[in-house]
Amino acid sequence: MSLDKATVAHVAKLARIRVEESDLEPMAAELNNIMTWIEQLNEVDTDGVQPMTSVVESVLRQRSDDITDGGYADKVTQNAPASEASYFVVPKVVE
Amino acid sequence: MNDFASRIIQGATGDWEMVIGLEVHAQVISNAKLFSGAATAFGAEPNSQVSLVDAAMPGMLPVINEKCVEQAVRTGLGLKARINTFSVFDRKNYFYPDLPQGYQISQYLQPVVGEGIITIDLPDGESREIGITRLHLEQDAGKSLHDQDPNSTYIDLNRSGVALMEIVSEPDMRSPEEAGAYLRKLRTILRYLGTCDGNMEEGSMRADVNVSVRRPGEEFGTRCEIKNVNSIRFVQQAIVYEAQRQVDILEEGGSIDQETRLFDANTGVTRSMRSKEEAHDYRYFPDPDLLPLTFTQEWVDSLMDTLPELPDAKKQRFIDDLGLPAYDAGVLVAEKETADFYEQVAEGRDAKIAANWVMGEFFSALNASSGDITQPPVSAGNLGGLIDLITDGTISGRIAKQVFEAMVESGKDAGTIVEEKGLKQVSDTGAIEAQVDEILAANGDKVEEYRGGKDKLFGFFVGQVMKATQGKANPKVVNEILRKKLDG
Amino acid sequence: MSELTELTIAEARDLMAKGETSAKELTEAHVAAVEASRSLNAFIAETADQAMDMAARSDDRRAAGEAGVMEGIPIAMKDLFCTFGVHSQAASHILDGFKPPYESTVSANLWNEGAVMLGKTNMDEFAMGSSNETSYYGPVENPWRRAGDNQSIVPGGSSGGSASAVGARIAMAATGTDTGGSIRQPAAFTGTVGMKPTYGRCSRWGIVAFASSLDQAGPMTRSVRDAAIMLRAMAGFDPKDSTSVDTPVPNYEDGLTDGVKGMKIGVPKEYVVDNMPAEIEALWQQGIDWLRDAGAEIVDVSLPHTKYALPAYYIVAPAECSSNLARYDGVRYGLRVPGDDLTSQYENTRAEGFGAEVKRRILIGTYVLSAGYYDAYYLKAQRIRTLIANDFKTVFDDVDAILTPTAPSAAFALGEKSDDPIAMYLNDVFTVPASLAGLPGISVPAGLANDGLPLGLQVIGHAFEEAKVLRVGQALEDAAGFSAKPENWWRA
Repeated sequence: MSLDKATVAHVAKLARIRVEESDLEPMAAELNNIMTWIEQLNEVDTDGVQPMTSVVESVLRQRSDDITDGGYADKVTQNAPASEASYFVVPKVVE
Repeated sequence: MNDFASRIIQGATGDWEMVIGLEVHAQVISNAKLFSGAATAFGAEPNSQVSLVDAAMPGMLPVINEKCVEQAVRTGLGLKARINTFSVFDRKNYFYPDLPQGYQISQYLQPVVGEGIITIDLPDGESREIGITRLHLEQDAGKSLHDQDPNSTYIDLNRSGVALMEIVSEPDMRSPEEAGAYLRKLRTILRYLGTCDGNMEEGSMRADVNVSVRRPGEEFGTRCEIKNVNSIRFVQQAIVYEAQRQVDILEEGGSIDQETRLFDANTGVTRSMRSKEEAHDYRYFPDPDLLPLTFTQEWVDSLMDTLPELPDAKKQRFIDDLGLPAYDAGVLVAEKETADFYEQVAEGRDAKIAANWVMGEFFSALNASSGDITQPPVSAGNLGGLIDLITDGTISGRIAKQVFEAMVESGKDAGTIVEEKGLKQVSDTGAIEAQVDEILAANGDKVEEYRGGKDKLFGFFVGQVMKATQGKANPKVVNEILRKKLDG
Repeated sequence: MSELTELTIAEARDLMAKGETSAKELTEAHVAAVEASRSLNAFIAETADQAMDMAARSDDRRAAGEAGVMEGIPIAMKDLFCTFGVHSQAASHILDGFKPPYESTVSANLWNEGAVMLGKTNMDEFAMGSSNETSYYGPVENPWRRAGDNQSIVPGGSSGGSASAVGARIAMAATGTDTGGSIRQPAAFTGTVGMKPTYGRCSRWGIVAFASSLDQAGPMTRSVRDAAIMLRAMAGFDPKDSTSVDTPVPNYEDGLTDGVKGMKIGVPKEYVVDNMPAEIEALWQQGIDWLRDAGAEIVDVSLPHTKYALPAYYIVAPAECSSNLARYDGVRYGLRVPGDDLTSQYENTRAEGFGAEVKRRILIGTYVLSAGYYDAYYLKAQRIRTLIANDFKTVFDDVDAILTPTAPSAAFALGEKSDDPIAMYLNDVFTVPASLAGLPGISVPAGLANDGLPLGLQVIGHAFEEAKVLRVGQALEDAAGFSAKPENWWRA
């Protein structure tokens, strides 16, 4: 399987990373190289093997339904590049 | 006026059938969020109910709220659904400013609840079963406010991370009316269970509506998903519009693009969502910050034991044990609070009389006041007391209506009002007999006419006696005495 | 004063207990070392004032008889740990200016036990790298250089700043994090001890996530005993981390020197890899001999899926990172690079904010999770992960610990491998398998390569048997008697 320029462009779009047109080709070559190396996994017969969900052999702990957090809008927004009246602000979104 | 009951759209080229499935997002009733300890209450100051986890600060981790799990399982049990004692939380990856993590924690391949059933009641008295595909737990997103500033969108994360149950139906509905009945019934069940308040105005219940059309009996057509519709009426309007739009396209030889659309409540039309035009690829994978969600069947069974009586069972009991007509039973169980109120009124009394009073005078008075049965114009105890006075012959049904009005006005109980206004029914045979004699004597001509065969005049005599006694004479006794005197 | 920076934690602890030095003295000496050693670029934020404050309070606590297990010990904190109000940017441009309003559980544990923070250490950006060359703040230099050569040597990565600081005697110890070898490999490259505990032993809360199913914090020190002391302070159950394991933290110093007599040590034949330098094999054989001489039984074992660990890792880790790093979108913190609309703002911010290696991994991760490829890559890798974990389970039915080299080579020169991602990835060939299985591992300095650079041996143990791993590590340390030090060329 080969990872072409168009795929890189698509994946970069999904990942919201701008990639210059001129960089797509070399990036495709580089990623293809890595993916080809990864392909050696196909040598392994994994039929009937359960995919690992967690290395922790334990059950999901559940917490009680208590309000223990929040109430600090200032703390939440203090690192924001743009905020107004305790809101985060981003360029206009059109739905 | 739209015809929501119609299952068929008559096109120029023949009939089309609507196929409808609903994905309902129901906000779980809990104090805190699904994966953080921030509060869930509606209407707080912006970003004031946001933890560092909800704001997706670096290094923050989710820990699940046991109450949300319990609510999901209870809802599953209420939908007679399969409960999965092993389920998995996945990340659904996409970028949106009100999705701070860049992914939503949801359940994809292994939801906590599997297949179930909802029985919907249609206005014609028919019932239909609608299949539930699944129910899973997921996080709500924050809120984008587009109208605060001409060039900016404001983001409030108060809702970010609030637990939602996504309840997915099979594409089993065939008319807007059925979709409405499904939503109403689902809302009733959720409210009975106390797992979601069903308040669509505040957004605690929203529906994504999947609509397609087909020739009756043929394969399903391509569907469109109308996102985030927030009232039952809008759902029905959206279906009507969308189905017709699809029929128009197909009849002109076009084809339907599978896409996500928005319903504009102002114009009543659906339109394609611009921001989501590119193909979605959510890249689901199990959230490595969480382990699989597991619990025991014993725990599920213990929840089953604590479930309240649900509307279908209650309705059946009202019919079977209380002898109510199906219609009355259906009306009374539609809201749990109404059913509770009715049961208090009917407790130890004639169920049918109680039903008539609750659905008649009481509902009128309720609608004229707050409309909220938790703040009734007359308490269940007082209404019961009024019915007792009718049953034991203290007052007549007619006087009772008068008493009821006075109860609404004054808040006093029936006995007090009857006492104060001297409305006690007269059952004393002697007194009534004297009154009857007086009336008959004064209306000798009418007596003659009656005896000459004009039976209808009987009612005239009853009326005259009741009038003379200001309605307080026991109508039964009046009847008996009149019969004896006139016919005897 | 310089001898104070030579002390191990255990030695400093004893001197402070006897009143022969103080947290203040120790901290002053180390703050001076930090300032004199900027040429290594090991620190990306220095917190001298805070350090002196913490030291003063530490001495007060000791005077009040409330000394913790790390009382008065000046340490360096990897920049991946969120520290309240202090530079915590994962050495990435995208977290520019981010100062957390919270403290990671592990760092909080250390402060609660009396440790003193010297500053935040440089690292590979978002812990992605094996040479500390991917940092937005520039590469870190290894205090070690090849004999008779002035060429800059990498300290390994991703915890390169921590390793360099500890190796250069700037910090008495440092925190690291290990996803595929990021503690153990730099420890081996800098002649220090680095331990990755069992997954779930240290809380991940407040540590900037790279690959959630693999990330673990651990100590980087100059002796095995110091690692035991520091791990005890770092570890513990944390209800805020759903993958944290609720099991008691022992005093890892108990039984530390009991030796390996009667233990069975596994030697996996699959860890002999192509092109492995003879000196690595020789060192490994030396380690085997040391343990045998100390009374251990050496057992040949097989971990048949070893060669697939690295490629499986390079699916799982990028997949998780592609999702974990989605939150860096310029909305709530860090860098924002405007664009024509929100989408282009995202794309510009992430294009400028992430370095080449981080982008590479995000793209790989996005690709392997995308529609149509999930089963072939991600699920396949997770199945192989199960096989790798099962390999270890089988072997651990029979042995107490496994001995391997830590890395397939000594440290290399700056720039030597930075153009070849796969060559760089191969650095972690011996450390990644234990990471995928969640097992504890330690790297102990065991000797010098022919060119004079340090080499390490790795001990891998059963889940939650850190104590046994440390005991074997101690036996290696005792036998190796590693006392070499880098020549001090970097001090201003």
